[in-house]
Amino acid sequence: MLVIKELCKSFNVGTVNEKQVLNHVNLELLEGDFVTIIGGNGAGKSTLLNMIAGVHLSDSGMITLEGKDITLLPEHARAKFLGRVFQDPMKGTAANMEIEENLALAYRRGKRRGLRWGITPEEKEIYREALQTLELGLEDRMTSKVGLLSGGQRQAITLLMATMLKPKLLLLDEHTAALDPKTAAKVLDLTRQIVQKDHLTAMMVTHNMKDAIQIGNRLIMMHNGQIIYDVRGEEKAGLKVADLLEKFEQASGGQFANDRMMLA
Amino acid sequence: MSIVLAILGAVGQGMLWGVMALGVYITFRILNFADMTCDGSFALGGCVSVILIATFHMNPFLSLIFAVGAGMLAGLITGLLHTRLKIPAILSGILTMIGLYSINIRILGKKSNVSLLKSNTLVTLIKDNMPGFITDSMKDSTLSSTVVLGFGLLVVILLIVVLYWFFGTEAGSALRATGNNEDMIRALGQNTDRMKILGLVIGNGLVALSGAFVAQSQGYADVDMGQGTIVIGLASIVIGEAVLFGKRKSFYKKLAAIIVGSLIYRIVIAIVLQLGLETNDLKLLTALIVATALAIPGIKKQGRRAR
Repeated sequence: MLVIKELCKSFNVGTVNEKQVLNHVNLELLEGDFVTIIGGNGAGKSTLLNMIAGVHLSDSGMITLEGKDITLLPEHARAKFLGRVFQDPMKGTAANMEIEENLALAYRRGKRRGLRWGITPEEKEIYREALQTLELGLEDRMTSKVGLLSGGQRQAITLLMATMLKPKLLLLDEHTAALDPKTAAKVLDLTRQIVQKDHLTAMMVTHNMKDAIQIGNRLIMMHNGQIIYDVRGEEKAGLKVADLLEKFEQASGGQFANDRMMLA
Repeated sequence: MSIVLAILGAVGQGMLWGVMALGVYITFRILNFADMTCDGSFALGGCVSVILIATFHMNPFLSLIFAVGAGMLAGLITGLLHTRLKIPAILSGILTMIGLYSINIRILGKKSNVSLLKSNTLVTLIKDNMPGFITDSMKDSTLSSTVVLGFGLLVVILLIVVLYWFFGTEAGSALRATGNNEDMIRALGQNTDRMKILGLVIGNGLVALSGAFVAQSQGYADVDMGQGTIVIGLASIVIGEAVLFGKRKSFYKKLAAIIVGSLIYRIVIAIVLQLGLETNDLKLLTALIVATALAIPGIKKQGRRAR
C-alpha cells in the first residue's frame, strides 16, 4: 500500500554541516502492517516519517500511497490519508482550545472547512463515546481547555484525533518517549488497541527495543539513512533485545549504539 | 460640564476606534501575528473613504465598502509577502505599511490631507434624517457626539455578532487553531498559509473600516492618521483583558471587553487632556501603558526570581 523507492534526503546542502539523512531508502508496506522502526540518533527514522507526511520534500526518489504518487504533494494535502502523533505531546493538540474543539478539528481532517458550524451537537455524542474508550475520565471535561491536561492525557487525545477518521496510514514518531513510564505504557496499550480494532496500517518509531519487538508484525532497523534490517512475522516475534543490540554493533562497526539504546 | 462633553465624545470615538482594536485582536491574539500593516491600512481606509466622498461625491456609507476592500487588499499583500515569499511576519507588515504611506498620498491626490468640509459624512447624513425635536433639543456638537456614539454602538454590536458566528464555524475554528498550533492543524489537513492570509485580510478590513469611520467623524483624512494604530489597538486589548480579570470568559465577552478597553482608553485620554497633558505626550503615555501591560505576565511568570 505504501511504496517508497530510492528516497534520498540531505540537510544543509552546500555547507560544512551537510548530512545525508536518507540514503536510497526502499520500503514497501502491506495493508495492515504495523511496523516498528528503531535505530540510533540521526539514523533517519523521524526524517523518514516526516518525508512520508510531507514535512520535508525529498531530494530524489518516490513515495506512493495506494498507487497514488504523493512525492510532491504538500503536507496539508497528504493529511487526508495520514494520522500523525508526534513525540512532543504539546504538538498534537491546540492548548487554547477545548477538548471537543480539538476533536472537531480532527473530525474534519482533509475536508474543506467552510462556514458550517465548527462543531455540532450530534458530533459531541461521538466524541463523548470516543473519549470514554480512553478511560481517563475526559468525557466529563469536554469543554476544558486542552492546555490544562497532562502530557499523557494530551497524547491520548492526539492518538484519538489521529485515528478518529480512519487514516490509510498512521505515523507514530516516538509518541511515548516524552511520557513517564506508566503513562507511556498506557498510551502504548491504547495504540495497540486502536490499531487492532480499526485494522490500521501503522509505522511507529521507538527507542525502546522491547516495545519494538513486542508490538506490531514487522521491525525495521535504520542506520546512517539506510534500512539495515527488516524482519517480520514469527522471526520478528522471536527476537530478543540482545539480538538487536548485536545487529546494531555490526552495523555501527563495533562501536556501541547510543546510551538510550543501551538503557532500553 | 466640559468634562462630561469630552467623555461623551471619547466614548463615541472609543466605539469607532474599537472596530480597529477588533481587527488587531484577530491578527495579534487569534492568529498570533504581530501585524504592523494596520498603521497603513487604518490611514488607507480613511483616505479611500474621504476621497470617494469629497472628489467622487459618493454616498458616505457606500464608501465604507471600498475602504474595507482596500484594507483587505493591504492584508492580502502582507499575507502573500509572509507566506509566499517567506518574509518574517513583522517585516512583511512593515513593508506593506511603508508602501501604503506613498499610496495614501497618491490616493489623496498628492496631498497629505483632504477635508470633508463641504461634503456629507455619515454623521451629517444621520443628523439630517433625524426628527426635528431631537435635533433642536441639543447643541450641534453634542448632537454629533451622540450620533457617533449611537452609530458606533450599532456597528460594534453587529461586528461582535458576526465575528462570534464566524469564529464558531469550521473555517473560523481552523483560523483559531492556526494561531494556536500551526503544525497540528496542518497535520489535520488545513492549508495554514491560506488561513494566515484570511486572518490578515479580515483584520485589516476591520482596521480600514475603523479608519474610514474616524476620518468621517473628524471630517478629514490625513496620511499620518494611522501612526501608532497597532499600539492603540494593543492598548485597548490589554485594558480589555485586564477588565476581564483573567477569568475565563466566553468569546463574545472577550470581544466586548476589547470595545470596553477601547472606551476606557479614550476616556482616560480625554481626562488627562482635560487635566492639562499635552497632546504630543499621548503616544509616549500609550506606549508606557502597553509596555507595562504586556510585561506583567512575564514578570509574574518569573515569580521568585523577579524579586
